[in-house]
Amino acid sequence: MSNDLLEVDPIAGQGEIMEVSMGPHHPSTHGVFRMDVRLEGEKVVRLKPVFGYLHRNHEKIAEHGAYLAAIPYTDRLDYLCSMTNNWGYCLAVEKLAGITVPERAEYIRVIVAELTRFQNHAGLVGFLLQDMGASGTPLMYAFREREKVLDLFESLSGARMMCNYMRFGGLRVDATAAWLDEVRRLLPALPRFLDEFENLLRANEILMARTQGTGRLSRELAVSAGVTGPMLRASGVNYDVRKVDKYGIYDRFDFRVPLGDHGDVYDRYMMRILEMRETVKILEQALRGIPEGPIMDPKVRLRGLRPKAGEAYGRIESPKGELGFFLISDGTTNPYRYRVRPPSMINLTILEDMCLGQNIADVVVTLGSVDIVLGEVDR
Amino acid sequence: MLGEGIIQGLLETARNFFGSYVEKDRLTTVQFPEERRPLPEASRNFPFLLYDGTDPDAGLRCVSCQICEKECPPRCIHIEKSKDKKPDFVGKMQAYPAVFDIDVSVCMSCQICVEVCPFDAIRMDTEFELSTTDRFGSLLYTKRELAKSNEYYRKIHPTEAAECDARRAKDVEDTKAKAAAAAAAAAAKAAQAKDPAAAPPPASSASTNGAAAPARSEVKENQ
Repeated sequence: MSNDLLEVDPIAGQGEIMEVSMGPHHPSTHGVFRMDVRLEGEKVVRLKPVFGYLHRNHEKIAEHGAYLAAIPYTDRLDYLCSMTNNWGYCLAVEKLAGITVPERAEYIRVIVAELTRFQNHAGLVGFLLQDMGASGTPLMYAFREREKVLDLFESLSGARMMCNYMRFGGLRVDATAAWLDEVRRLLPALPRFLDEFENLLRANEILMARTQGTGRLSRELAVSAGVTGPMLRASGVNYDVRKVDKYGIYDRFDFRVPLGDHGDVYDRYMMRILEMRETVKILEQALRGIPEGPIMDPKVRLRGLRPKAGEAYGRIESPKGELGFFLISDGTTNPYRYRVRPPSMINLTILEDMCLGQNIADVVVTLGSVDIVLGEVDR
Repeated sequence: MLGEGIIQGLLETARNFFGSYVEKDRLTTVQFPEERRPLPEASRNFPFLLYDGTDPDAGLRCVSCQICEKECPPRCIHIEKSKDKKPDFVGKMQAYPAVFDIDVSVCMSCQICVEVCPFDAIRMDTEFELSTTDRFGSLLYTKRELAKSNEYYRKIHPTEAAECDARRAKDVEDTKAKAAAAAAAAAAKAAQAKDPAAAPPPASSASTNGAAAPARSEVKENQ
């Protein structure tokens, strides 16, 4: 970054430029993330995202440990959605080693993944509104619902956030009938929360003035930058890995993929609300169809797994976008190469294009709508 | 009308505010240090070592096979194997850990040590109020601090503990049955040595001996 300042700046000499370094600990930057912003008055003329403050060497650690030992580390990538991270990694190992997953385990995976999507989106819209200045109220409402989901995760896996629940070939522990009943009891409360939440702010004039037309991302740019997840769909591109890949048993569920029109912050906000509604639909179907049976492939050796030499890419639709895990095996007990495709980092690379020409206050809102978690961006 | 959306939103806030007095669903918080919610049974924090009976040294289940040390993702377990051996719960002579340390400042509560342990010797605790003023010494748990009784385990994870107890009771029975079979086989062999004419057919005697051989050596070690 310091080299960059020495370069001849094409925008220099066009008026007084002020350089502001937002972060790494700005309260609304969602973690240790910095933006080098250059301003002309209040207008953004340059923005450079700087990340890497939370780098923990995830990929190399996983390459030096057994296949099993990487699962708890994937919890800590996107630390709000440990269940989906586990699933992405397990999917890659299952492809690599040719492991099949029992039916009941697939259903429970869908249930916990959709609950994860719900709690992630609830948290995100709360934070987004907090960034906009709606201090406290929406965030607390969203966190109240999120807490109920986290309680379910705790009684299932033992931990609220670092669940470490899935294993290649199935799951660590079975969901009891009592736990499934708890989920069934929670389900009717979720649409009520969504109705209330929409009532609270959807038609709010201040919110609309603040978000409509802010942080626009065009369809073409979104596709060419590799943006995925709700951000891509807010720009009007119909792409959801659950529909495209139909991994797990997603082909059995009837749900729609909401699409946006304008690709602005308001669309991204509404996208999350609509996706939460679809999530409730999937949960209802999954709870209706869940069969009895084993939850683990008995042939799988968790300890000392040695997949045949080869490579595999497992990808899932995490709440933030396409989360991929790429593994190369050389036939030993640890992967030869392990690589994560982090959706929030790739979605973040487009931040400058969304912010140019906007006011500095809108940068915070636009960043909030990207939905980043720095654990995943920096790994 | 301009401002309609804002009023609509404020009505929602009012509903939540007044609702929190009557509906439990809208007020989910508890006054923590005074009021405590029960922890779910599956809840986990840091590992501890289980012992049977009342003496943590004699009853410690760990045989220091060091699988958990090897499998622990952040490598927070340190084990040194003993030179001598002591009998385990079925009476077999096993090594025990001379040193068993867990650095809880490194541990990430993933439970993989519990999963890989073949001896039901390590389990997850639910205790979470562990703050200390000593950064180094107090966060390195030694064997003595880690050892907790089976009664404690039954209290914090009742379902899991019942399964574990049943499994171990079966192991004890199996060992007894094996020992009895081995004793019977030995008696038969002695009888055969005394009176070769009354020997059973050789094929069947060979198979009995083969199956009972390891069990018999165990019994011998016991004496």
